[in-house]
Amino acid sequence: MVFDYYPGCTLKTKAKELDIYARKAAEKLGFELREFEEWQCCGAVYPMGVDAVAGKTPSVRALKVSQDNGRALVTLCSACHHVLKRVNHKVEEDAALRATLTAYDDELTYDGKTEVLHFLEVLRDKVGFDKLADAVTNPLTGRKIGAYYGCLLLRPGAVMAFDDPENPSIIEDFIKALGATPVKYAMRNECCGGYISLGEPEMSSRMCHKMVDDAKGQGAEELITACPLCAYNVKKQTGDGLPITYFTKILAEALGLDVEGVQPC
Amino acid sequence: MLNPAFEAKELLLNSGTLAEKCMKCGRCSASCPSYGEMDIRPHQFVSYLQRGDAESLLSSTTLWKCLACFACVQRCPRGVAPAQLIEAVRLASIRQQGGDRINPDDIPAEIDNEMPQQLLVAAFRKYKG
Repeated sequence: MVFDYYPGCTLKTKAKELDIYARKAAEKLGFELREFEEWQCCGAVYPMGVDAVAGKTPSVRALKVSQDNGRALVTLCSACHHVLKRVNHKVEEDAALRATLTAYDDELTYDGKTEVLHFLEVLRDKVGFDKLADAVTNPLTGRKIGAYYGCLLLRPGAVMAFDDPENPSIIEDFIKALGATPVKYAMRNECCGGYISLGEPEMSSRMCHKMVDDAKGQGAEELITACPLCAYNVKKQTGDGLPITYFTKILAEALGLDVEGVQPC
Repeated sequence: MLNPAFEAKELLLNSGTLAEKCMKCGRCSASCPSYGEMDIRPHQFVSYLQRGDAESLLSSTTLWKCLACFACVQRCPRGVAPAQLIEAVRLASIRQQGGDRINPDDIPAEIDNEMPQQLLVAAFRKYKG
C-alpha cells in the first residue's frame, strides 16, 4: 500500500518524532508514506469565512496532487488533518467555491474527491487493529495510557467522520492493540486552549489542568496525542503532571523499533 | 459609518450559517470552554446578530476568546454553528485598517524553544487581517 503523505510544517521542525516514528512504523507494517514535493503549509486553522478562499488554496493544491496521483492523502498532525479534510469537504459540497477556485487559477480546478485519511484511520481501516496487534513484538503491558483527542480530529463530527465525536474509541483501541491499558476520561475531547497560549497562557493552563486532573483521576499514568499544539500546551502548562507523548512514539516502541536518538516532545 | 443592520447582514452571509434557526437552548454556551471569559456568550452572540447589532459584537472580547474548538458547532441541535458566526465578525474586525491584533516584531520575545510552528501560524491566521 502506498499513500501520499502530507507532513505539514511542525513535523519538519518541533514535532519531528511524530513524523519519524510514523514512517518507521509504516515500513514495518507494510505500507509507505510517500511525501510529495512542494506541499504548502495548511495554515493550521480552517478558514471558516465564506469569502476566505485564498486560505484554502494550499490545501486544495495538496488534495489535487493526490487526486492526480490516484492515491489517498495521509496526515499525522491533527491541525493539518482538520484543515485538509474540511477544505476537501467544502470544495466537494460547494459549487460556488469550486468556480471561484478555478477563476483564481486553473490549477485549482478540483472536485473534492480525494480520500483524506489520518494515520490512525489507516491503522484502523486499512491495516486493521488486529493486524497491528499481531505485529507488536514489544507489548506495552501494564501501562495505563490516556488518549488525549483534543478538538481537531473529532469536530465537526459530520465532516471529520473520524469517530464518535462525543465518545471516541479509536485511540483507546489503538492503545489496546499495542498491549497497553487504555484509560477513558471525560475531558479527552476537550480543548487545550490552542493558539490562545501565545497571548493568554493562563486560559490554556486552566483547560490543560482540568483535562490532566481528569485523566489522572481515572488512573492514567501517561497521555498520548496526535497534535503538536496539544503536546506543547499540556507540557508547558502542566509540567510533568502527566507525561505526554505522540501516539507514533508508543507505536514504534511496541513494534520494537529504535526509538532512541529522537528528542521527545 | 455604514448602516449597522446592513453590516450584520453581510457578516451573517460570510459566516455561511443560519442564525435564525437558533432556538435559544444555550447549549453552545454550556459547551464553551471560554464561556467565563466572554462578555457576550455564544448564545447571546447569535441573538445580537439576529438583531443586527454588529457594533457591539465588533468590540466584544468574545472575538478573541473563541478557540475554534467547535464544541458549540458539534453540540448545536439546530446546526447554527456559533463558531462560524464569531469567525465572521472576527474576520470583519481584523480586516479593518489597523485591525491587527498581533505584531510580527513582538513575536520573537514570545517564542520559546519548544513552541510549535503550528501555534504561530494559527495565531497569525486568527489575529491578523
